[in-house]
Amino acid sequence: MAPYESDDMTTAGDVDEPRTGRRRAARYVVPVTVMGVAAATIGLVPALADSGDPDLPEITAAQLIEKIAQSDVERLSGTVKITTDLGLPNLGGLENSLTSGAMGRGDDGGSSADPSAKLTELASGTHTLRVAADGPDRQKLSLLENAAEYSLIHNGEDVWGYDSGSNEVYHGTVDASGEDREQRPPATPKDFAEQALKSVDDTTSVTVDGTAQVAGRDAYKLVVKPKQSGSTVGAISIAVDHRTGMPLKFTLTPSSGGAAVVDVGFTQVSFDKPSASTFDFTPPKGAKVTEDDAPAKGREHSGKPERGPKSEEDLGKGLDGLKMLGEGWNSVAVLDTGGEGGLPTGGTGGPGGDLGGFLGSLGDEVKGDFGTGTVFSTRLVNALITEDGKVYVGTVTKDALVKAADAGK
Amino acid sequence: MSRAEAVRAVSPLWTLGLLRSELLTTFRRWRTLALLGVLAAVPVLVGIAVRIETGDGSSAGGGGGGGPAFISQITNNGLFLVFTALAATLPFFLPMAIGVVAGDAVAGEANTGTLRYLLVAPAGRTRLLLTKYATVMTFCLVATLVVAVSALITGALLFPLGDLTTISGTRISFSEGLARALLIALVVAVSLIGVAALGLFVSTLTNSGIAAMATTVGLLITVQIVDQIPQLHAVHPYLFSHYWLSFADLMREPVYWDDLTRNLGLQALYAAVFGSAAWARFTAKDISA
Repeated sequence: MAPYESDDMTTAGDVDEPRTGRRRAARYVVPVTVMGVAAATIGLVPALADSGDPDLPEITAAQLIEKIAQSDVERLSGTVKITTDLGLPNLGGLENSLTSGAMGRGDDGGSSADPSAKLTELASGTHTLRVAADGPDRQKLSLLENAAEYSLIHNGEDVWGYDSGSNEVYHGTVDASGEDREQRPPATPKDFAEQALKSVDDTTSVTVDGTAQVAGRDAYKLVVKPKQSGSTVGAISIAVDHRTGMPLKFTLTPSSGGAAVVDVGFTQVSFDKPSASTFDFTPPKGAKVTEDDAPAKGREHSGKPERGPKSEEDLGKGLDGLKMLGEGWNSVAVLDTGGEGGLPTGGTGGPGGDLGGFLGSLGDEVKGDFGTGTVFSTRLVNALITEDGKVYVGTVTKDALVKAADAGK
Repeated sequence: MSRAEAVRAVSPLWTLGLLRSELLTTFRRWRTLALLGVLAAVPVLVGIAVRIETGDGSSAGGGGGGGPAFISQITNNGLFLVFTALAATLPFFLPMAIGVVAGDAVAGEANTGTLRYLLVAPAGRTRLLLTKYATVMTFCLVATLVVAVSALITGALLFPLGDLTTISGTRISFSEGLARALLIALVVAVSLIGVAALGLFVSTLTNSGIAAMATTVGLLITVQIVDQIPQLHAVHPYLFSHYWLSFADLMREPVYWDDLTRNLGLQALYAAVFGSAAWARFTAKDISA
């Protein structure tokens, strides 16, 4: 505290005016200084903390990929921040109905605790997730919301979804073989990294680009880039923990520049065994429980997991049963919907037909050797729907899409 | 300088005496008691409304997660009424009460002409200001506890109590739930010290108690509105109300501390900036009334 000034006790008028004025003004230095120090701290501390890239032994890209493949982290808990910016038009509720249609669940009568409905929220915006895992049988994924949380808990044969905001519970079962991860859309950096590394072939350049600190751990940075031009994928950067080989951060930047399309990274991670109570779940009293009766086995063996095709599509993976044109990053999936104007999301019927006309107003009309069509663009995925009902989808630029359509004719 | 030395020689007990008399003056006011009464009534109203709405077995908040946080859980566990009541009063009722008391702290005395008598006592302006601020912070705590206790009693009377499920889906015992409720009440009280410091600063600017209260409550409303405008998201992290509802993170398992620590840091910053500004203003102010 500042020393007692003599005018602590006096009323004005005892001292001559100019001196008093200056002394009064001088006191305001204190709040201004406090504010300045605070601003400097907020501005500088992250910059200072960021400066040191850790010193790690040299490693080749092949060794690093091997390291990721061999990574056998079974126990971890941590916080993941996921930011996706696909550049989709902000359709609010409509987008929800669209994605629910694309998820093959047209009827919206389900529970708000249904995992497939809930986790599609991750497709846009910034979210904070918590993950915990203890072996293949016990995993937990929580989506943090304002004063609420959505938890997806896999413990042995049970899969529980709990939405604390509405106090609703979803219950399903799986084989005790830990296939759960297959069913949910990718959420952790590891999920994304595995997807990206699957597509590594001779059309791809893979390099190690120095080191970085992620969630307080030293990590190598692996950069995956398409060699050909024409892809909307600019570069994929994966930060790999140097000790465990676990991907800690995944960033996909589009070739058009700007903010990352997908940015998933741990902000905090621990490889200790999470406490067993984390995975215990009993539905709270009075909660509405929705049982998922569909046998999990049948779903898994039906060729393609029903859940999460959208996210995979976003990553440029072709769907089974589609014709693929081109190779590597520039491959384009072709889907013949048979005459009618289909949907870029695979057209499962339901709301699709009604939305077709509306969607037409969102796309650009293009002409080529193939005829006339409409291109729908996001920052990553472009889709071309031709008049004769063919749908071309790929993580390629509009021109490349038209070229592929011409070639496919 | 003999007078200044006399100030320093004052025993610390004297400060306690000053604080006690300030507390008595504040809490004996009808205005303060009425504010506390209103705060105590909020959880009772919420509890009765939820009880009536769910009388036929339907779930509160329409089952869609609407309404204040935790409201869908109240019918299963009365303890959740504490969290709901705090979530319902924190955005407006609580800070408004703080704004009234803080705004009145200095300006009200100046208005009624009692401020100069307080300064005649050998307390010193800095010490008087600190005492005023301590009084306002005590009121923050008392007001929050009034809401929490009233909610707990209402919840216990209207709804069953027992083990509770955290929002992460894990279970904790009732006693741990009570401990968390107390911790949440403390965090809510601490969340209010920023607005308390702001109110005290405004109070030193004017000689009209009403003007100070109106300005503080007006600023509160303005900040709440700005916090709702997505286009202004760049300034949101610096608004004192932005992390208020982070107290709900204490109900996660494990507790998610990021926003909680941000909230506490922000409140400390507001207290430091506006507290020192109030000091700069008050110690240099002409006291004419």
